[in-house]
Amino acid sequence: MDILSLLIVVPVLTILAIAFTKNYKQVRVIAAIGTGIQLFQSFNLVWQYLQERAAGNTAIMVFTKSYIWFEKFNIKYDIGVDGISVALIALTGIIVTAGVYASWGVKEQAKEFFIWLLLLATGVFGFFIAIDLFTMFVFYEIAVIPMYLLIGVWGSGKKEYSAMKLTLMLMGASAILLVAIIGLYIYSNPQGGPLTWNILELANVTMPIEMQRIFFPMAFVGFGALGALFPFHTWSPDGHASAPTAVSMLHAGVLMKLGGYGALRIAVGLMPEAAQEQAWFFMILTAFGAVYGAFGAIMQTDLKYINAYSSVSHLAMILFAILMFNATAMNGAVLQMISHGFITALFFSLIGMIYGRTHTRDIYKMGGLMKVMPILAGTYMVASFASLGLPGFSAFVAEMTIFVGAFQHPDLFHRVATILVASSIVVTAVYILRAAGILLMGPIKNDEFKSLGDALWYEKVTLIVLIGSITVMGMAPLWLSDMIMKSLTPMLQGFVTL
Amino acid sequence: MNLNSFLLMRHELILIAVVLLYLASEIIGGGKNKRFSLNFAVVLFLAVTIIGFLPISTGTMFGGMYQTSPAIILMKNILNAGAFIVFLQVVSWLKKEENDNRIMEFFILIVSTLIGMNYMISAGDFLMFYLGLELATIPMAALAAYQVYNLKSAEAGIKLLLLAALSSGIMLFGISMLYGASESLYFTDLIRTMEMNSMTVLALVFIFSGLAFKISIVPFHFWTADVYEGAPMSVTSYMSVISKASAAFVLMSLLFTVFAQLKEIWTPILYITSVLTMTLGNLFAIRQRNIKRFMAFSSIAQAGFIFLGIISGTQMGMSTVIYFLAIYIFSNLAVFGVAGAIYNQTGKELIDDYAGLYKTNPALTLVMTFGLFSLAGIPPIAGFFGKFFLFTAAMESGFLWLTVIAVLNTIISLYYYLLIVKAMYITPNESPIAFFRSDFYMKMGLILATIGILVIGFIGGIHHYIYNLSFGIL
Repeated sequence: MDILSLLIVVPVLTILAIAFTKNYKQVRVIAAIGTGIQLFQSFNLVWQYLQERAAGNTAIMVFTKSYIWFEKFNIKYDIGVDGISVALIALTGIIVTAGVYASWGVKEQAKEFFIWLLLLATGVFGFFIAIDLFTMFVFYEIAVIPMYLLIGVWGSGKKEYSAMKLTLMLMGASAILLVAIIGLYIYSNPQGGPLTWNILELANVTMPIEMQRIFFPMAFVGFGALGALFPFHTWSPDGHASAPTAVSMLHAGVLMKLGGYGALRIAVGLMPEAAQEQAWFFMILTAFGAVYGAFGAIMQTDLKYINAYSSVSHLAMILFAILMFNATAMNGAVLQMISHGFITALFFSLIGMIYGRTHTRDIYKMGGLMKVMPILAGTYMVASFASLGLPGFSAFVAEMTIFVGAFQHPDLFHRVATILVASSIVVTAVYILRAAGILLMGPIKNDEFKSLGDALWYEKVTLIVLIGSITVMGMAPLWLSDMIMKSLTPMLQGFVTL
Repeated sequence: MNLNSFLLMRHELILIAVVLLYLASEIIGGGKNKRFSLNFAVVLFLAVTIIGFLPISTGTMFGGMYQTSPAIILMKNILNAGAFIVFLQVVSWLKKEENDNRIMEFFILIVSTLIGMNYMISAGDFLMFYLGLELATIPMAALAAYQVYNLKSAEAGIKLLLLAALSSGIMLFGISMLYGASESLYFTDLIRTMEMNSMTVLALVFIFSGLAFKISIVPFHFWTADVYEGAPMSVTSYMSVISKASAAFVLMSLLFTVFAQLKEIWTPILYITSVLTMTLGNLFAIRQRNIKRFMAFSSIAQAGFIFLGIISGTQMGMSTVIYFLAIYIFSNLAVFGVAGAIYNQTGKELIDDYAGLYKTNPALTLVMTFGLFSLAGIPPIAGFFGKFFLFTAAMESGFLWLTVIAVLNTIISLYYYLLIVKAMYITPNESPIAFFRSDFYMKMGLILATIGILVIGFIGGIHHYIYNLSFGIL
């Protein structure tokens, strides 16, 4: 079994093992073991990848394998990774592990919960290793559909509404995406001859520009909706607010990155001409989204809504950076995917833990939590600083790179858009500090809160893993950004680079 | 003609023998021993299904009135397998007291319709085709009215009979026009002499309407919901899969052989009816509370997708239609199987009754979920692959906007399929359907359907196999 396929096989085996368990204690132990192996595999993959590159392998994708699946449609189970996917696989491994520990306390229908959660993870891993559009799409849908039951059954609040909204909007987007993917396939061989779904082969083909004009927006919106592209982001706040903790973590941390990754690799990467032509329109949307998300977060009093809108704002930066079409900004986009994955997962896990104790997410009903749960409150403070881009944390590295890249465009339109997006950081500081201040400082507003306990061991595992990742990435980003940069170079050949 | 060439008709001959054996057992046993009758019927049909898969030669008989090809034989086998699953699922219902002394009747009627469909598929002449069609329809009306004590069932029977007679009449009119235009009813002659004139175009429209009635294409779908609701659950299930799949297959082969010269006429017809069928079927399905009516509209919508493959006009499209039909049969049987099991046990057939089903009957819920997800087209379940390939085939032939309409329709359909999933998993219920055990046959029926929808999609070789067979149609 090759190193990449194992990334799918292990979660599937874990799911099967969970199906035979008897009680929730066995379930979570098996889930922890399975994701532990998965985490090790992810790190091992990074290591192997760096070794491979150091040994002088300059292929665009390494560890490639190809098996025929549907012969007549030339569909293959094609897998391979480059620096971008390796980085995102490592992110996924970390978030999934953290997510399992964050849902250690799930007792009601624990078996089903972990099965769906791991199915979601399987879909994500599969998506990142696939380089065949069809296979990729299959995994994409596998990752999306478990959300319906995860939110609908284990969620809170208006969960049925949120679950349905999320599923329909995401599946609707993926339906549009499907048309774009078939379009890429059909125009994959203008000279006649066998058609292909393989991304590497498609990258060498230039689709007729008039077809690109139809399919690029479909692909970009299809992926963008998952990456919270304004105005298709509305599923995100409701979905996150209703989802259980681990699902929010996984969804905001990893699943939404599928959108950014797809937009980068498929929409922009395979249809560069139309992308450059239509970039202005989507740039307006993303710039607006970044500012809108930040202001939206100011207005919220529910912790989860604050973080969900904050995600909308931060994810808009990713799509914005992708549309800059230069190596620096795109590098920033990928870094932002990873950084935001860690930070938002940390936030959602903290919110879940706080909610589990206080049973409210309204910031005005809480206060002074620093006095009763110093570890959780302290971590929340750290997460806040990381989120608003303090140097030393990962977000600083990512956002800095994005804006440096964006500023390379000298024309007025790009400048204004960049300044707009950059201004959202200021607003971010406002809502983050305001929420942290109300939540953590001041007097304790509710006497019942005085007896609340601090983080338990498994919660600490989640927090340590995530904070560790944020700090490591913030302190030593160069190897990561170097790895990503090298993989971006072949993709950028289709563009008139600056 | 020697005796050997009769063996080309093996599928039909065996089915006729089965009907006679059923009759004989009824005469000898007097239908007294319920258990024997049921076991005998099911086991015998299992043998028939297996024999069907044995290798067989192909060719024509009766001077071209009857023909077989690998694709036709495959379709017959798919129909047999589907009918076998229906048989497995019907046993627990036939065991009930209300059906005493009428068990064999059910099997005889259902196998008769199957014979009719087989002849219809194999027809090489419009007379044979019409005979087969009628043989498939009239016993079906009797089946729909099987619960004579139930007013709705009787109504369903009458409705089906009257409307089927009307559609047959229209189709006959079309056939007579074809005869007028080319003085022959043999497909081979018609293919040779077919040219576009007002007579043949009218004939196409009339024959299309007749078959569209059987597949329940909008605007010929009005009977569907009422008949499906009134007929017994298993009959509904049988009608929605076997009857529909055979008619769709025949329509496809007619369009590509006899009416191949009129492609520019039937392409827009298919285009419009496909859009209407998908959209209206989906929109009506949303409001349904009864599982049978729900599935009626769902199956109308699914029929619209089949047209995507036909309209593409390529071998890829046609092989995918067969592939999609096979998947559709298994998916529908999974859903109907569970609905039937619940109906037999509790008499409940409203979607609201399914609330909380997962807590009490997880296995049934899982089968139902697989079936619904397959119909909705969610990977890794087979329905996704079927739909994806239909879309690919349609887009390869340049039907971009038709495909866009179709994918948007899959989202509407996802909504209402999720409504059932929501009821089963999420909606709280004070008094959910209590846990019950299904009998052996029902379990096998559900397991086979589930294996079908899981395996057909995932194994790429199956599509490849069908593709290589479908040369026969072109």
